[in-house]
Amino acid sequence: MATYVAPAPQVVAHRVERDDRGFMSWLTTTDHKRIGIMYMVLTFVFFILGGVEALMIRLQLGAPENTLVAPQTYNELFTMHGTTMIFLFVVPMMAGLANYFLPLMIGARDMAFPRLNALSFWLLLAGGIVFYASIFWNPPEAGWTSYPPLSNAFFSPGGGQDAWIYLIHLTGISSLVGAINFYVTVANMRAPGMSWGRLPLFIWAILTYSVLLIFALPVIAAAVTMLLTDRHFGTHFFDAGTGGSPLLWQDLFWFFGHPEVYIMVLPAFGVVSEVLPVFARKPIFGYKAIAASTAAIGFLGFLVWAHHMFATPLPEAIVVFAMLSSMLIAIPTGVKIFNWIGTLWRGSIEFTTPLMFCVGFIALFIIGGISGVFLAIFPVDWQLNETYFVVAHIHFVLVGGAVMPIFAAIYYWFPKITGRMLNEGLGKLSFWLMFFGIIVTFLIQHAIGLEGMPRRVYEYENVGNLALYNLISTIGSFILAAGVLVTVINVLRSLKRGAIAGPDPWRANTLEWFTTSPPAVNNFDAVPRVRSAEPMKDIRQEIERRTSTAPAPGHATVPVGATQVGV
Amino acid sequence: MHTTLAVLFAPKGGASPNANEINSLYDITLWVALVIFVGVEGALGYALWKFRKRKGVVAAQIHGNTRLEIGWTLGAALIVVILSVITFVKLSSIQNPPNSDPGGALVGDGGGTLYATADKHLPPNGKSLEIKVIGRQFIWQYIYPGAANPDGLGAPYSYTEMVVPTKTTVTLDIVSSDVVHSWWIPQLGGKYQAIPGYHNYGWFKIEKPGVYRGQCANLCGRGHARMIAFVRAEEPAQFEAWLANQKRELAEAETEAAAERTKLNSQAGPAGVENP
Repeated sequence: MATYVAPAPQVVAHRVERDDRGFMSWLTTTDHKRIGIMYMVLTFVFFILGGVEALMIRLQLGAPENTLVAPQTYNELFTMHGTTMIFLFVVPMMAGLANYFLPLMIGARDMAFPRLNALSFWLLLAGGIVFYASIFWNPPEAGWTSYPPLSNAFFSPGGGQDAWIYLIHLTGISSLVGAINFYVTVANMRAPGMSWGRLPLFIWAILTYSVLLIFALPVIAAAVTMLLTDRHFGTHFFDAGTGGSPLLWQDLFWFFGHPEVYIMVLPAFGVVSEVLPVFARKPIFGYKAIAASTAAIGFLGFLVWAHHMFATPLPEAIVVFAMLSSMLIAIPTGVKIFNWIGTLWRGSIEFTTPLMFCVGFIALFIIGGISGVFLAIFPVDWQLNETYFVVAHIHFVLVGGAVMPIFAAIYYWFPKITGRMLNEGLGKLSFWLMFFGIIVTFLIQHAIGLEGMPRRVYEYENVGNLALYNLISTIGSFILAAGVLVTVINVLRSLKRGAIAGPDPWRANTLEWFTTSPPAVNNFDAVPRVRSAEPMKDIRQEIERRTSTAPAPGHATVPVGATQVGV
Repeated sequence: MHTTLAVLFAPKGGASPNANEINSLYDITLWVALVIFVGVEGALGYALWKFRKRKGVVAAQIHGNTRLEIGWTLGAALIVVILSVITFVKLSSIQNPPNSDPGGALVGDGGGTLYATADKHLPPNGKSLEIKVIGRQFIWQYIYPGAANPDGLGAPYSYTEMVVPTKTTVTLDIVSSDVVHSWWIPQLGGKYQAIPGYHNYGWFKIEKPGVYRGQCANLCGRGHARMIAFVRAEEPAQFEAWLANQKRELAEAETEAAAERTKLNSQAGPAGVENP
């Protein structure tokens, strides 16, 4: 006797266009999903390159007065490392995630300007190639901050500094154009019923990211153009001897440079705000507070740049203003952290890999944020600035605060992109290696800075505890690298052998889970009217309501996306 | 005097009032930071343990709590205000140098420029030992008071090791002759960027003789890691003696160089010097 099985509601796309295949189709694609994948793969390659540069730095610093690399090479390494991680990894990785998921999360077919979207990617690639070509000649060696006079034609005669300038120009245009694209897409192409108050918080973060890029990028573009003309066309913007000012560069650079760090970290916050509610099984705590604090941080981020210049002879009024605004920005940041803990509070927490990366992020970002308060207090900053205390701070907030959420996003969204699950065991191993790797590498660096070791030094004398502390930090960097490697292996294995994911393996809340995994070219055949900030919950409830008359007692109505985790 | 444990948690200091005041400000900030750290990480850890998924327990579908939001926003603001107020209370003792002790070296006798500007802080009686600090790739030079000429030329100078008298307020005029450097002796206070075209003013006052080490704290090129500096503090009498000796030795070297120049000028042919 055959047992009756209630037909399970399925997500099926009918009006599907045939997939393009082949190399040329990727070269000429304007599909946001393909562009997103290209972004994510390319930026991850740069992450590995930047990571190798970091490991070489740590190897050189593993022993006092080490001679593994020459002073020139060392200066080139940290210049390439910082520039790569910021301009070629974190910022464009966020663009890659947004490229793939922003249209899906708002129920749209593609970005507002698909060809402009492709242009953004190819400009990014061009920038990376131009920059890395310099390693065959003279890489830049003036740090990612390129202060003149060191970066001018007299003190940096090689072409590496120019390669750096072209990187900024090319990736700058790439990001600027992408930012406009994101904003216009969200403004115009949201699904019916998706008011601004029902936008996923990741989208709020990308909107803020876009606005920050639009306001900050023109300033750095101007500054590097002025540096270029100083270097090659006889201008004297930054030359003190002929009426210019090196201090002007610092002001211009940091007016961009500080918003840049919020550009890096706000989308990461957005990812966390998406992932936590899914695995705590309850809504985000304080949706409005998180959205408002995102906007507040974006705005305040433009006021604080002088806190990078506390050691310069700035007028006292500016210094005080920079300190107060930097202290102020701690408040909306703290509010977010409390709201995330509130999301976990009284939840039913499932310790999946994406959740663990988000929790690791919170734990590490608290440390990074607190060390930032020390640096905001300018008399204390006078001791801590340009030392390893600052290196510790920036890496807690960037590796803890941006890289961990990027890995959370990878584990969370890989099923949607590829249709397969990543391996949970490897994922957890990767998490623990990275979490401990970050702590071992960077926590001791606070002490290294307090002992008096400045940044950007290729060697240090064997005084105090510097040798031991630096060795600990170096060991930590390899633990962190191992953690990254485990995820790379996980991704490569799971592409062919991962469990089939189905449309909604996590029972998540946002619209990208309403379509197949991977989505069809046109994303959705139709999107139901959005009624809240968690449209998938409403959709599931509606399906339950409509199919609650199914026969055969004892057979529960199967929710959409039946390969579930937990529940 | 710092034990290893103390250094693990605090900047170097101990040799000058400004450095000590910065450390005390740091200590207060550290206590506040530790309380916040334990509280917030504790709440996170507790939530992860107490609310992990368990059979039969359903997550509470809360969307927020406005009173709590306002509460913790105000709480964070309060902490920020308190830290700012404490900073401003301590600021003047960090920025403003005290008078030299009665036994300090003779100062204010025409060496250096003794004017106060908005950025330059002088002791209340306006007298200090002013030393000009010049950063260049990759060595520090110091110019002391005692110029033979009114235009400042002929002043005694030294490289790498700055010699100063104890019990005397030393004010620094920090400049650069090429790229951006940064003057930093951790035990004597904070750091000051040396930017071409700008003056940056600092100070310290050392109680007891000793040698204090520092190094350039802003990337200045390939030799940045080796641009070391020392400050050697000696009793005022010994400092005066050293300064007088330095002047004498420099004057002797100048005389020898002048003699050499004259000799080269009087030679004809390839060994002669054109347009000395």
